[in-house]
Amino acid sequence: MSREHEQGMSVIVKTITRLTVGLILLYGIYILVHGHISPGGGFPGGIIIALSFIHLMLAYGKDAALKKLPRYVTSFLEGFGALMFLAIALLGFSGGYFFLNFISKGEPFKLFSAGTILLSNLAISLKVGAGLFAIFVALILFRFDDEGEEE
Amino acid sequence: MLELYILLIFMIIAAVVAVEVKDLLSSVIAVGAVGLGLCITFLVLKAPDVAITQLVVEILALIILIRATLKKDLPFSTTGRWFLNTLITLVFVAAFLSVAVYALRDLPPFGEPLMRVAKTYLKEGLSETGAANLVGSVILDYRAYDTLGEATVLFTAVIGVLTLVRKVGRKKEAAVAREESDE
Repeated sequence: MSREHEQGMSVIVKTITRLTVGLILLYGIYILVHGHISPGGGFPGGIIIALSFIHLMLAYGKDAALKKLPRYVTSFLEGFGALMFLAIALLGFSGGYFFLNFISKGEPFKLFSAGTILLSNLAISLKVGAGLFAIFVALILFRFDDEGEEE
Repeated sequence: MLELYILLIFMIIAAVVAVEVKDLLSSVIAVGAVGLGLCITFLVLKAPDVAITQLVVEILALIILIRATLKKDLPFSTTGRWFLNTLITLVFVAAFLSVAVYALRDLPPFGEPLMRVAKTYLKEGLSETGAANLVGSVILDYRAYDTLGEATVLFTAVIGVLTLVRKVGRKKEAAVAREESDE
């Protein structure tokens, strides 16, 4: 067995995870970008995307997940999402007021419609997903550190 | 508009008092005055839902702050003036109940909401925002300011968690015990 198989859960869990984690990520992205057409949006989409990485971490151990999404990337995405949402709000001043929908509305029921709503969903999902993953990683690593010190 | 300016001046004065006063308890009470003034301001600006939230959060925060600034427990006497205490309680309960009955008459009947704002959202939502999902058009277009506040709350929560479980600057238990024994 290679070094990779020593961490995390059993082979069954790892195989199932390898098959499902991509689908979960894809479903999260679908929920996110169709937020203005069907039920969903930035909050649930971001949570599902973060859950796919948490799934990876639970099955393969913390090193495999942190290699895919390091902590500095998480904190960058968290701040970037917040600033992007604020920037969308402030760009509304170009047409008159806060949170003006300044991009053309497009045709309803198409993917690229509804102006800033799609961009706002993207920003919120980055913020929510990165935030949830950061909290999870912080709590997991904190417990590991404590256990390491006691030994 | 006059009452709004009076409230704003009152809040500014209370805030200055809260910063400048030396006694910590007086400062906390001045902060509470600012919060309650803000609550009445929301009510004047016709945002009763925000006013209720502000009132609840303000009272909770005030209790916690007062409890944190007082060093020792206040004496809580239950003996002695029980007749007066019970009488005052009953008078206040009766007063609040009668005011509530008077105020609740103005509410729309159960199951028949007014839908003044919601009607406009449902009618104009698709053409004004271009979003087929009306929930999305409300939370990210009509009420996007609320969503910005929610995102800020979440951001603060993440920062709080990361601060609490951080590794940098945290003392080991042995070091803390040593410092305590030194004192």
